[in-house]
Amino acid sequence: MVGNTDGQASVVVATGLERTYGEGDTAVHALRGVSVQVAAGQLTAVMGPSGSGKSTLMHILAGLDKPTSGSVLIAGTEITTLGDDALTKLRREHIGFIFQFFNLLPMLTARENVVLPLTIAGEKPDPAYFDELIARVGLTDRLTHRPAELSGGQQQRVAIARALVSRPTVIFADEPTGNLDSRTSNEILHLMRSSVDDYGQTTVMVTHDARAAAMADRVLFLADGEIVKETGRTSQGEILQIIDSLDLQ
Amino acid sequence: MIRFALRGLLGRKLRTALTAIGVVLGVALVSGTFVLTDSISSAFDSIFTENYKNTDAAITGKAAFELSGDSAGTAPPFDQGLLAKVAELPEVGAAGGAVGGQAQLIGRDGKAVAFGGAPNLGFSVDPARPEFNTLTLVKGAWPTAGQVVIDTKTAEAKKFATGDTIGVQARGAVQRMQISGLVEFGAVSSIGGATLAGFDLPTAQQLFDKPGKLDQILLAAKDGVSTQQLVDAVQKILPAGTQVRSADDQAAEDAKGTSSFLTFFRTFLLVFGGIALFVGSFVIANSLSITIAQRTREFATLRTLGASRRQVLNSVVLEALLTGLVSAVAGLFLGLGIATGLFKIFDAAGLTLPNNGLVFRTRTVVVALAVGVVVTLLASLRPAWRATRVPPIAAVREGATLPPGRLHRFRPLGAALLAVAGVALVVSGLFVDGLSTGSLLSLLAIGVLLIFIGIALFSARLVRPLAAASDPVARWSVLVLSIVAWPLFSLPYWLLRRGFWGSGSTASRVGGLLLGAVLNPVLLVIVALMAVRRAVSSWQPEWPAEFPGVLSDRPAVGIGGQNSRRDPHRTASTAAALMIGLALVTLVATLGAGIIKPFEDAVDKIFSGDYAITAQNNFSPLPPTVAAAVAKVPGVDALSSVRGGQGRAFGETIQITGVDKQAPDVLRFDWKSGSQATLGELGADGAVVDADYADKHGLAVGSALPLETVAGKTLPLQVRGIFKPPAGGSPFGSVTISTSAFDATNPQPLDLYTFVSLRGGVTAANTAALQQALSTFPNAKALTREQFKKVQSDSIKSLLNVLYVLLALSVLVSLFGIVNTLVLTVFERTRELGMLRAIGLTRRQVKRMIRHESVITALIGAVIGILLGLGLALLLAARLDEISFAVPTGQLLLFAVVSVVVGIFAAIWPARRAARLDPLEALQYE
Ligand SMILES: Nc1ncnc2c1ncn2[C@@H]1O[C@H](COP(=O)(O)OP(=O)(O)OP(=O)(O)O)[C@@H](O)[C@H]1O
Ligand SMILES: [Mg+2]
Repeated sequence: MVGNTDGQASVVVATGLERTYGEGDTAVHALRGVSVQVAAGQLTAVMGPSGSGKSTLMHILAGLDKPTSGSVLIAGTEITTLGDDALTKLRREHIGFIFQFFNLLPMLTARENVVLPLTIAGEKPDPAYFDELIARVGLTDRLTHRPAELSGGQQQRVAIARALVSRPTVIFADEPTGNLDSRTSNEILHLMRSSVDDYGQTTVMVTHDARAAAMADRVLFLADGEIVKETGRTSQGEILQIIDSLDLQ
Repeated sequence: MIRFALRGLLGRKLRTALTAIGVVLGVALVSGTFVLTDSISSAFDSIFTENYKNTDAAITGKAAFELSGDSAGTAPPFDQGLLAKVAELPEVGAAGGAVGGQAQLIGRDGKAVAFGGAPNLGFSVDPARPEFNTLTLVKGAWPTAGQVVIDTKTAEAKKFATGDTIGVQARGAVQRMQISGLVEFGAVSSIGGATLAGFDLPTAQQLFDKPGKLDQILLAAKDGVSTQQLVDAVQKILPAGTQVRSADDQAAEDAKGTSSFLTFFRTFLLVFGGIALFVGSFVIANSLSITIAQRTREFATLRTLGASRRQVLNSVVLEALLTGLVSAVAGLFLGLGIATGLFKIFDAAGLTLPNNGLVFRTRTVVVALAVGVVVTLLASLRPAWRATRVPPIAAVREGATLPPGRLHRFRPLGAALLAVAGVALVVSGLFVDGLSTGSLLSLLAIGVLLIFIGIALFSARLVRPLAAASDPVARWSVLVLSIVAWPLFSLPYWLLRRGFWGSGSTASRVGGLLLGAVLNPVLLVIVALMAVRRAVSSWQPEWPAEFPGVLSDRPAVGIGGQNSRRDPHRTASTAAALMIGLALVTLVATLGAGIIKPFEDAVDKIFSGDYAITAQNNFSPLPPTVAAAVAKVPGVDALSSVRGGQGRAFGETIQITGVDKQAPDVLRFDWKSGSQATLGELGADGAVVDADYADKHGLAVGSALPLETVAGKTLPLQVRGIFKPPAGGSPFGSVTISTSAFDATNPQPLDLYTFVSLRGGVTAANTAALQQALSTFPNAKALTREQFKKVQSDSIKSLLNVLYVLLALSVLVSLFGIVNTLVLTVFERTRELGMLRAIGLTRRQVKRMIRHESVITALIGAVIGILLGLGLALLLAARLDEISFAVPTGQLLLFAVVSVVVGIFAAIWPARRAARLDPLEALQYE
């Protein structure tokens, strides 16, 4: 099944992705021929039961892992054959990450964590954009704090700002709210939604939360390493129904 | 990137500091060595320069050949008639003659005044020529005939004032002299422990047995005459056996002896600095590997944010660079402290070194910093490279670990090859003939280095079996040590803490306090400080403390034992640091035991008399007047001195010795040709030579052996006998001649030893008679054979002790290595510890667990180190005749116990940290 693009330019194009862990009898087929396109300026959600291959897919799309077969194009570049240096460059320009466990650097302040991708690339943040971004994620008075001094929600806000600061072509988020309570999750989700709306930030998000998926422009359903269904923007109820109907959860 | 590195380091201050301690200590020893030796050398330079102030040139006696080293043998003095002749030269403005030598000052207790091994300098002073006088008169007057001036330090220490009489002994018996004044040496604040005695010229000539002779003429040029012109003019009229040098050249010549000693001393200390740094580099490499493994997730996150491998590499290397730099700077300054401390220690040990203020050269700074930084950088390379191998995907993997390196599989093989290559180098260094000392030593050093690295890498393979074997040993040794330490540490500590802030009735607390203070007063101070801290800050000591028990705790110890086997690489690298120190200590102990035994055998073989006469310090040669006095003791059956000096034969300078006619009765030789009788019949032209020397020059009984002597005469000797010196060494030179022939051609002869047999052998009466005869020679003493063996082997032992102290530094560094690994491990296992605590492990059990892991690690290091040290000693003993292979079992056991103690101490602090973890927090910790 091929995800449609609603006529918009696709920034991520994956075709025939397969990923097998291990060999022989014990081989696990985490992905069995997944093709997907991610349209620019959209929030795409990936859902599916545990072990269905969501994370695997995400990692391959983001160039963290290589598929056993298949291809991935990001901004027109085939990434599955890139060497380490080229991949590093591609990450700097095109890819942002939001992790379930935040992955902030403990010794850096919130501000330093946010600008880290720019620092690594040897660039300086645009002050106006930076200020606006910080105001948007609500960290203005938390910039000098260390991660250990921030709540989980605040830490994830830092992580979101960090992903947005370099305005990457696409942001990948694996269960960004998986480690937060429902209220904080809500805030984080709204933040992500608004970044898509206001900055046109293309985002791919893995989630188990129907509420989160209901905020997406598109929802892909994965089961047993295959895309089994997809919908456009839809309600929470409908998503729960789909899940039920697919007898997934 | 610099900022990250800095932040990273600051974020891990404690761990960084622990990592760096090895480098700090190593660099401190290196910089301390430089500061110490530079300071001594500059003090000596100023002494030698002071000697020739106002002097343009100096005339001295000249040996017929270049004398080697500063051992027995001095340039002969010359006729004093030369002074008048030189003074008449038109180029000469002023000329002053002087003699000098060793002059003991005798304290009121009848003992020779000596400050450590420092010399006792005596010389003539000429008040008429103050420009050449290096002494400054502080009090009283210059000496006239039969008077003496002494240095203020001796006067102060031994309570002498001007007008008092003091005993002076040079080449003859003690003479009583009046002190005419007190002096100091030029502008040098301390010239070491040297005592000074100044006399007028005739008195000095008589004391030093140089009648009508001079050792030196100092010359000042007339105005307008250059030094070169002066030297040239003097050169023309110099008789044979004398030489003239410019003052600068002469000062440099005088300094030669001390500077070659200082160079040796410096190299010697630097070797130990190098060893500490080598051990330190293991500690650094190990800590960095652990920290980097723990930071896998961090590096992976950086990679996902666009950091390249090079950036990761740079950040780790940069951290190492900063750590190295900071530790090198710290080490540099600690080195200043070490130098000051060493001066004090040597002083306290009686070996006062000349000190004119600490000299801090740019070279010291540059070398210390470079060494610290380079060692740290080298140690960081592998961990840094491993950090670059962290894949970005590790950022999202729970419990991601460092991927094994590509060459992982070949590691044991590579390590084994390294060790084998090291052994090959050592063996070829030892057994290939004809290597220069330099290349021999570098082969040995590189070989041993490779062996250490190879075994350290390979030992990961040995960890599991060794840990399993050490487990019960650790258990039992800790139990025994705990029982021993219980009344001295555990009990008083508990009593004191209970006394200060525990529960119970006031009476019982006060009673406990008193008992604790009696059992261990030091702990009282510590606990009192804790009480103060508790009172002034919010700090709370761990309380209630349980009553101290000694029995080991099965479950806790069980987990600890398993932990030590969990990461063999980590345990192996940690143990490796201790292994190096212990291997070297074992080597020293085994060689020490191996040297003393053959030495004692040699004494038994050679020394057939009853007593030996030596200097009080056991090594200074004595003037023959001592032997002459002993010879007069009633009941002496036979006596022979062993004169020592230098000669020249077959184009090389050799050690020569001279023996008396009665030598066959007090000395026994192992003859290849000739017999005991030969020794007594050497006459004017007979010589016995040692077997090696005979082989080297193709000598047989009857061969001619022309020997050039210091005074320039050639003795036409004939070989009468060839002997094999015992393996443990002998006091005899390559060539031994008769005392009469020796004295005829060597000015100022000296005895290395004098051996005597008395009627009745060793008896109290004989001993008393000898002591009576020696009472006018306070610097000499009589020893029985057993005493002689003991004092000689004691001096070997004290040298060994110096080596132990210096090696202890490396052991200390490895102790910090264990502390570091444990702290990092505790940090890494925070969650696990929390879980263990949550399911019911008590604090004490946590401590026991960590202590057990530590002791096992230390024991692994000890076992490998001791075996390795024995192996190296075996190789050396196989090569060197002077050394036999003897396992010093008692000492090795002691080293093993010390290792256990190291393990216990290393665990104290990490165990406390682990025990303090709040189970709840530990579980929440992310
Ligand atoms: N490194 C690996 N080695 C072996 N098997 C793996 C590895 N990573 C994932 N798998 C397997 O691949 C399959 C898909 O895993 P994946 O992590 O993509 O699932 P997921 O959909 O993200 O699950 P969850 O919702 O629990 O995060 C699972 O069966 C998993 O066991
Ligand atoms: Mg997942």
